Amino acid sequence: MLLEARDLHVAYGDIRAVSGVSFRVDRGELVSIIGANGAGKTSILGALMGIVPLARGTIVYDGDDITGLPAFRRARAGIRLVPERARVFPRLSVTENLMTGVYRQRKKVPLAERIAWLYELFPILAQRRDQPAATLSGGEQQQLAIARALISDPQLLLVDEVSMGLMPKLVDRVFELLEDLNRNHGLTILLVEQNALASLEISQRAYVLETGTCVAEGDTRDLRRDPRIRQVYLGSGTD
Amino acid sequence: MSAYVITIATLIVIYAIVVCGLNVIVGYAGQISLGHAAFFGIGAYTAALLATKGHFSFWGALPLVILISGLVGLLLGLPSLRVRDDFLAITTIGINFIVEAVFLYVPFFGGALGIGGIPRVMLAGIKLKGAAFLLLCLFFLAVVLAVCWWFTRSWAGLACFALREEEQAAASMGISPVRFKLTAFVLGTGMAGLGGALYAHYMRFISATDFSFPVSITLLAMLVIGGMGNLWAPLLGAVILGVLPELFRPIVDYRMLFYTGLLLLMIRFQPGGLLGEGSFLRRRLRLKPGRAAA
Repeated sequence: MLLEARDLHVAYGDIRAVSGVSFRVDRGELVSIIGANGAGKTSILGALMGIVPLARGTIVYDGDDITGLPAFRRARAGIRLVPERARVFPRLSVTENLMTGVYRQRKKVPLAERIAWLYELFPILAQRRDQPAATLSGGEQQQLAIARALISDPQLLLVDEVSMGLMPKLVDRVFELLEDLNRNHGLTILLVEQNALASLEISQRAYVLETGTCVAEGDTRDLRRDPRIRQVYLGSGTD
Repeated sequence: MSAYVITIATLIVIYAIVVCGLNVIVGYAGQISLGHAAFFGIGAYTAALLATKGHFSFWGALPLVILISGLVGLLLGLPSLRVRDDFLAITTIGINFIVEAVFLYVPFFGGALGIGGIPRVMLAGIKLKGAAFLLLCLFFLAVVLAVCWWFTRSWAGLACFALREEEQAAASMGISPVRFKLTAFVLGTGMAGLGGALYAHYMRFISATDFSFPVSITLLAMLVIGGMGNLWAPLLGAVILGVLPELFRPIVDYRMLFYTGLLLLMIRFQPGGLLGEGSFLRRRLRLKPGRAAA
């Protein structure tokens, strides 16, 4: 088991965003957390990364309790986040954005090789390598955020609403890429998505979140057959 | 060069050194500071006390001055870890007033009389004054600019820029916010301390009001006019705001009006400063965008 979250609670003032959610991600798995807007998905990823304070709960990563660790220490332990709405560094160039991803890791990863690979995956980034990230379109920024997270060859990739703001063609490509990284490169991924259909298609297991609590979990095959899930999240009651 | 021009030039160069320090804190690391004059003052008072009471030479005292300014900067940079933006601005104003009050009311610092009788800088047995002292200041400005240039190209600089842009995203990349905010404060206040030492040995008499809150505002205005985060902005800003008061001498009564108008025009038409991204000066000179440039 690579990641285990037990009884997570996140609150913003009096508003409870997440109440008592538990889940686990095994090494080599691709796991989805699906749910509507405001179900608490982003809060969960923030809590895992250490940028959203946890009211209660425990996070165990790679056998260590990381609940009290600050974000940068979790990052150094091999966790990377593709944040919602990309959050690239707007005034830094594309290359510099990528470089922040290997801060303190540059001796551990074959940098030139990684960059070449990422530019091959996202050719548009190669074209714009010297431009400030602010000049990129929303979709390009999202690609940059993914590349920035991948460059350090992370152990666990957290992906937050990657389909939001992307054009449909690109959504497909990004999901294909995540599937490929998981199947062929052994990357462990925790995916948080509103786009339930697409994320269930590529993941092995999933958790279904409703207003801060987990209402269903299991193999994606079973979940996709579950009539209630179909109706609420997949937009089709019958087949 | 007349003595008048040399005097103006020397002060401009000293201010440019101090503003370089402010640029590291505000421009590179994105931590707003409205109390930079406090560190300029701490450098000046440390140098003055070491020279008059401790009988240190300028050169012997200088490492200590920079060290002490940097350490106090480290201490006073700690609030920046807890508060940000407008609260940090208010906190740094507070620091400025406290430091000024300490200089003014603690007898050890000379009180209202300030500290006088600060000796001139000696180099190879020669007393540096006039053009020679200006050259010394220019030398230190070059050193400070070189350090800033190196910083913008180092990993530490990249880490600071990332923090400035998106603190949470930077932390998620393994960049420690604590470490790099404090690095910027130490480096920036150390440069302010160096400027203070030069100022003390140039004026040879200093008092608390030399380092009051309005001075902090002037320093920040120099940086804003030049273009926050740009390597050359401190120099350009110091030249403009150093020369303008002299040019406006005939209309001294309207000087503040001109200042205000200038700042308003800057904010309206060149919010990134004269050397900022997309400014008319940049377009004219066809400068390439630099990552440090705002």
